[in-house]
Amino acid sequence: MDRLPRWADVALVPLVSLTLAAILSALVIIAIGQDPWEAITVMVQGSVMNAYGWGYTLYYATSFIFTGLAVTVAFHAGLFNIGGEGQAQLGGLGVALACLFIPWPHWTLALIGAACGAALFGAAWAAIPAYLQAKRGSHIVITTIMFNYIAASLMIFMLVDVLRPPGKMDPATDNFPAGTHLPSFNEIPGLNLIFTSGVPANVTFFIALIMAVVVWALLWRTRLGYQIRAFGKSEPAARYAGINPVRIIMIAMLISGGLAGLMAINNVMGEAERLLGNSASGAGFIGIAVALMGRNHPVGVVLAALLFGFLFQGGAELGLWTKIPIELRTVVQGLVILFTGALDMMVRMLLVRVFAFFRSNRMEAA
Amino acid sequence: MDYATLLQILDSTLRLATPLLLACIAGLYSERSGVFDIGLEGKMLVAAMCAGAVAFYTGSAWIGALAGIAGSLLFAAIHGVTSITFRGNQLIAGVALNFLASGMTVLVAQSFFGQGGRTPPLEGAARFNPIHLPFAEAVKDVPIIGTFYHEVISGHSILVYAAFGIVALTWWVLYRTRYGLRLRAVGENPAAVDTAGVSVKGLRFSAVMITGILCGLAGAYMATALQAGFGKEMTAGRGYIALAALIFAKWRPVAAMYACLLFGFFQALALRPDVVEAVVQFKVPVPFLDALPYVLTVLVLAGFVGKAIPPRAGGEPYVKER
Repeated sequence: MDRLPRWADVALVPLVSLTLAAILSALVIIAIGQDPWEAITVMVQGSVMNAYGWGYTLYYATSFIFTGLAVTVAFHAGLFNIGGEGQAQLGGLGVALACLFIPWPHWTLALIGAACGAALFGAAWAAIPAYLQAKRGSHIVITTIMFNYIAASLMIFMLVDVLRPPGKMDPATDNFPAGTHLPSFNEIPGLNLIFTSGVPANVTFFIALIMAVVVWALLWRTRLGYQIRAFGKSEPAARYAGINPVRIIMIAMLISGGLAGLMAINNVMGEAERLLGNSASGAGFIGIAVALMGRNHPVGVVLAALLFGFLFQGGAELGLWTKIPIELRTVVQGLVILFTGALDMMVRMLLVRVFAFFRSNRMEAA
Repeated sequence: MDYATLLQILDSTLRLATPLLLACIAGLYSERSGVFDIGLEGKMLVAAMCAGAVAFYTGSAWIGALAGIAGSLLFAAIHGVTSITFRGNQLIAGVALNFLASGMTVLVAQSFFGQGGRTPPLEGAARFNPIHLPFAEAVKDVPIIGTFYHEVISGHSILVYAAFGIVALTWWVLYRTRYGLRLRAVGENPAAVDTAGVSVKGLRFSAVMITGILCGLAGAYMATALQAGFGKEMTAGRGYIALAALIFAKWRPVAAMYACLLFGFFQALALRPDVVEAVVQFKVPVPFLDALPYVLTVLVLAGFVGKAIPPRAGGEPYVKER
C-alpha cells in the first residue's frame, strides 16, 4: 500500500475519521426526529461560549487527559488497557483514604498526598493484570475487563460496609475536611476575573497538563520510553535487543494504572470532595476514545480530551434543553472509537486512493 | 437450608443462566473462528431493545425475537466488516459496538416511547410465558425427584429449553460436521484452511453472523422472558460474564454450559444473601458474590485452575497476500 504524507497521517486521518463520526451522529439525530443544527448550537452555547460552560468543559477534559494518557502509555507498550475505569475508581479510594485519615495542614500538601494515594492505588489495581500478562500470558484485555467488575464490587463493599459514616443511608464517605479543599478556577487569583461563578474545573487541570508533558518526555526522551516503544512495535526485536519483556509490561502498566488513578484528584478531591459510588462514571472508558483520537501522542490526547470535554458538557446541555437524550454522547463516543480505532484502515485506504488520484493527475499535467 | 429453598435457587439459576448460555455459545462461534468478540454485551442490549419494542407493537414475542435477532445481526455485520474486511482491531471494534449499543438503545427507546429509555411493559403473548412440561402436575407430589421436576425443570419459557438444545447442536456442529472442523481450523491456522481452498473470510463471516443470531436470542430472552420489557443497560454486564464463562470453559460447548450454570448459580445466590448467610454461618457481603465469576475467570486465565488457551489465530486479521 502507498504511504501517506506525514501531515496527512498525523492530521488528516483523525480529521476524516472525526468527520465521518460527526456525519453519522447527525444522521442519528435526524433519525430520532430532532434537528442536528439545533443540537450543535445548544452544545456550543452551553460549553464554550461562556466562562461557566468552559468551567465544566475543562473539568471533564482534566479527567479525560489523565485516562487518555493512561491508555496511551499502555498502547505504546502494545498493551490495550481497558481497565482505566476500575483503576480510576481505586484511585478514588486512595484519595478518600488520604483525605479522610490524614490531617493535612494545607491543600498543597493534601494534593501531593492524595495524588500519591491515587496513583498508588490505581497502579496497584493494574499490577495484577500486568503480572498475569507478563508472567503467565493471560490476555490483558480480558483480565482488565474482569478487574473493572471486581473493582466495582469492591467499591460497593467499601462504601456500603466500611467507609459509610454511621447513621447515613447513601453509599458514600463523609465529606473531606476543609483542609483538603482544592481551589476551583473561580478561587484562583487572576482566573477568578474570568470565572466569576462557581465551576468544578480546578487546579488539577494544570497537573493534567504537566502529566502530558511528563508522559511525552518519558516516551520520547528517556531510555525507558524508548524501550517501551520498541517493545510495543515488535516484541521479538525488543527481546533480541536485550529488553526485558516482564519489566517493560510491568512498568508500562503501573504507569498506566497510576495515571488512570490520578484522575481521582480531579473528580473526587476537586469536585465531589467525598467518595461516591461509581466515581469514575465512565471517564476510564472515554480514555480509550481519547487516546485513539489523539493518535497516542500527549498533544493529541490533550486536544481530544478537550473535544470530549466539550462533548460531555454539550451533551449534558442537550439533555437539559432539548428532547435529545444525554446518551447521545455515548453514541458519539462509540462512533469515534469505531472510526479512529477500528476502521482506521478503511479511512487510510480511502485517503491513499484520493492521494494517488491527485498524484497521477499531476504527472499527466507534467 | 431446606429442600424447597434449594429448589427455588436452582430454579432461578436456570432462568439466570439462560442469557449467559446463549451469549456464551454465541461468543464460542466467533472466537473459534478467530474473531475475538468483546461486543457480546452490546449485541445483547440492542437485541433486547428491538425485541422489547417490536413485541410491544405486534403483541407477539416471536416477532419480537426475530426483531431482536435482526438488530443483533446488524451489529454483528458491523463487527464483521470492521474486523474481517477492513482488518481492524477486533477488540477496539467490540468496545466501540458496546458504547454504540449502550447509547443507541436509550436514544431509540426514548424517541419511540418517551419513558426514560424503557419500552412499555409487555403482557400476555408479547412475552415468552412459562410452559409446563408433560406430567409436571402428575409427579408433583413424588418426593425429591418429582418436586425437582415440577419446580426446577418444568415451568420455564421455551427459550430456556432452546438454549440447552443449542448447546447440544453446537457440540454436534463443532465436532461432527465438516463446517465445524473448518471453523475450528480457521481459528487455529487460517493459512491451512486457505490452502485447502476454503474461504477464510467466508467462514469467519458465517461464524460472526451465527454469533449475531444467538446474541439476538439472548437479548430477546432478557426483554421478553426474564423481564417484561427493555430497560436502560438491562444486560448489566452479562455479555462480559458470558465471555468469562467462555474462557472458563476453554472454548468448549458442554463445558460452557456448566460454566454458565455455575455463574447463573452465583447470580441466584446474590439475590438471596439470607440463604448464603444461613449456610456459611457468617454474613457474606453481596458484592463479594457479584464479583465471584470475575475472580474465578481471572484465576482460570492465570492458569491456576487448568490453562485456558485461546484459539491460536484469534485476534489477528488474516492477510491472504504476502
